[in-house]
This record gives sequence, structure tokens and C-alpha cells, in this order.
Amino acid sequence: MSVISRDTTFLGYRRENGRVGVRNHVIVLPLDDLSNSAAEAVAHNIKGAMAIPHPYGRLQFGADLELHFRTLIGAGCNPNVAAVVVIGIEDGWTKKVVDGIASTGKPVTGFGIEGHGDHETIMKASKVAREYVQWASEKQREVCPIGELWVSTKCGESDTTSGCGANPTVGNAFDKLHPLGNYLCFGETSEITGGEKIVAERCATTEVRDRFMFMFNRYQDMINRHKTSDLSDSQPTKGNIAGGLTTIEEKALGNIQKIGKKCTVDGVIDKAEVPTHPGLWFMDSSSAAAEMVTLCAASGYAVHFFPTGQGNVIGNPIVPVIKICANPRTVRLMSEHIDVDTSGLLQREINLDQAGDQLLECMLRTANGRLTAAEALGHREFVLTRLFESA
Amino acid sequence: MIHFVLHDARDTVAVVVVEGVKAGMAMTGWIMDEDKTIQVQARQDIPIGHKVALKDMAVGDTVLKYGIDMGKVVAPIKTGEHAHVQNIKTKRW
Repeated sequence: MSVISRDTTFLGYRRENGRVGVRNHVIVLPLDDLSNSAAEAVAHNIKGAMAIPHPYGRLQFGADLELHFRTLIGAGCNPNVAAVVVIGIEDGWTKKVVDGIASTGKPVTGFGIEGHGDHETIMKASKVAREYVQWASEKQREVCPIGELWVSTKCGESDTTSGCGANPTVGNAFDKLHPLGNYLCFGETSEITGGEKIVAERCATTEVRDRFMFMFNRYQDMINRHKTSDLSDSQPTKGNIAGGLTTIEEKALGNIQKIGKKCTVDGVIDKAEVPTHPGLWFMDSSSAAAEMVTLCAASGYAVHFFPTGQGNVIGNPIVPVIKICANPRTVRLMSEHIDVDTSGLLQREINLDQAGDQLLECMLRTANGRLTAAEALGHREFVLTRLFESA
Repeated sequence: MIHFVLHDARDTVAVVVVEGVKAGMAMTGWIMDEDKTIQVQARQDIPIGHKVALKDMAVGDTVLKYGIDMGKVVAPIKTGEHAHVQNIKTKRW
């Protein structure tokens, strides 16, 4: 008997569009690199407002620009966010992000810096941020069915214990969530290399399978176009190799343990797109930790499962990142980063079902408001995926 | 005590899950999918998380983990030796 069933509930914040969040952030979102300074000044002025700086947003074009907007708008739309102040260097693109976020019905206001300067912008934006923070502070959590929790996963600084312990733990939890109608997500397209046939076999329909293989091959083509070696300095990473992983195939076979033994892959989305029905979604995405978790936040996921072997320390400003580790040495040396210790799995002290339940218990506590290790340590990595050079 | 684990009985390598494995040590391995144990003697020191070879392998052989192809042998490997980047490479890219 699992710790969760259809009757399980959690305490979440129901937003204007019906989606449920587990955090109540007021964010100050810069459109571009130039606006980070003003955004950070507003967050400094207003306690409880959080700036989310990033390095991009100028002279992007085509699919790369579309992804930029999709990621920023998606981050603002995420149900963990109560209200948003957007600051951009000029009004046009700022308004585009504001309009995108306003579609959820949540409070959002934008400010362009040109013609005003940082001082005036910071003053006006701080006044709005102060109103939003006080408004949001009165929001109450309410009882929500477990199926309304959107959960994503991506692993990092993996080693061989990831494939034996931490990743199958996520897979076990996904197998238990999938029948309850949760929206689930995995991705890391390059790190499927060697296991793509297994994922393809798990696709629910021919259409989903074709779409998955299209995304997989598109990513392989990109790697083949740009590579200067067999990638043995990048994939597996130096950390992976130090942890005992030898080839991309081995890494991939461990990686896909995260989709469990039973879940079907029910849909495929491009980077930062929003899934349209419950089930397990494959998102074409970078395998770099902060990029992928940021994309999951932009797709609307509210909680993230992050298995690690060697000890990746990542967090995200919008989404609580729950770390799972089965490597006893990492758990010993880096305990402040680990939320769920499943090292007992590899000594047969606990079985996979028990490990999956431990993770689900931690997920419910996190959803109810308990801070993750990454949140307590202040990890707020917000990293935008770029597709190509600026114009 | 479990010194190493493997996923599938067909696997030709397995993962050391304890610290301090030294050459000559008698090790117990757990086949996770079948819940059985096997014995192998370590021929080299092997760090935690790194792999031990479960059979002798020649250059060009396919290495199996999770019961699936995880790469090719590029230098001969003996049972009990440390199996890693010095003797196994990807077949991709």
C-alpha cells in the first residue's frame, strides 16, 4: 500500500486560472540583461519580492526569441508565483511578457526603463511590488487533490548510484503518481542517447512515438553538426566520470530509470511549452541541470524531483527542487543538500517501493510548505536556454 | 554486506557500492532484478560508484549493463578488474 492514493491531498495556493501552486512568490522579472540591476534594487527595497536575474533578452530572433518569451512568460504564469513585476529596457517587449502572464488572471505590471532611468523605474516598480507582496501575504493555502500537483524530474551530477538507486526511486514515485492523473515531465534529450528505443517503446501512441523520435533525432543532428570530438569531455561530464559513469549509453540507461517501469509516455512538448493533458510528458530539453529545471518551471511544473549521485547543488527560484541521493559517500559529505537519502537501497536495507514512498512523503511535505534543502540554502539558479547567436 | 550491484543477470559489469574495495577482496554482488547474490574477487582497487568486470572481455566486445549495450571494450579486461574509461568507450558520436 503506497503512502498516496486518489484521496491524498496537499495544501496549495489556487490561482485565478484554477492551477495550484505550492509557493506564493512575488517575482521581479527582468526582460533582459540590462534590467537586472533595477529588478534587484526593487527586490532589495521590498522584502518578500524576489528578483530573477538572467543574462539574455537582447537582439534574439526567430525560434530563439520565441523560446525566450515562452520561458519568461511561462515562469511568470507558474502557479507558484502569486504576482509579477516585469522590468525591461523598453516598453514593447516588456508588454509582450506582461500580456502573456496576464492571461492567467494574476496581477502583473510592466515598466520600461528608457525615458525614465533606473531611479524612477525602481521607485514606481517598488510601489507596485509592495502592494503585490502585501496582497499575496493574505493568500491562504487550501486542500487540493494530489492529482493537481505537477511534478517534473531531471537528474544531475549523476554517477552509477543514480541509475541503481536515486533514479529508480523517482521512477517508482512516477509509477504511483501516473494513475492519479498528475502531470509529469522528463526530458534531457541528449542524455537519452543509447536508451532512445526504450523510451520509444514506452510511448502511448504511434503519434507520440514519432514526435519523440523527431525530437531525439533533431537533437542528435545538432550535436553532430557542432561536435569536435566524441563528446567524451562533456557527456558524460567530468563529474560523471569521476563518479564511475563511463559512456553516454550507460548514463542514458541510468537516466531513464526515472520514468519507472509502468508509466506510458503520453505526450511530447518542445522546450517550455505547456502540456495539455495529464500523464507523463517528454520535453525536448537541455541536459544541463539549471536549464532543464528552468524549462520545467516555465512549462508550469510546481515541484521538481532531482536525483543526484556526486552531489549537484542546484535549486530554482520558482520551483522547489527535491534532491534524492543513493550514494552513501555523497550523503555523508554533502548532507545539507540532500532531501531524501535512499542509500539504504543499495545495501538491501529498504526496497524500491519504500524508497519511492519516502520520496512521495517528502514531496507532500514540500508541497505543504516545508522548504527544500536548496531553498533553505538560497539556490535560485534561473538559466535560460539559448538556441543560437544573437542577430 | 553488498559490495556491488547489477541490474540484470546478463550484465558484464557491476557497480561497486561501498568505499574501500581493495585488490584481492572477496566481494558479494546483488542482482537487483532477480534478488540473487553472486561472488567476485576484486583484482584491482575500485572506488565506490565505479564498475567491476564480471567476465573476461576482449577488444571490440559489447559491454552489457541493465542487460543493454552500454559501449565497446577498447582494452582487454579481466574478471574483477576496474572497468571504466581506460578500457570502455561509447559507440555513439
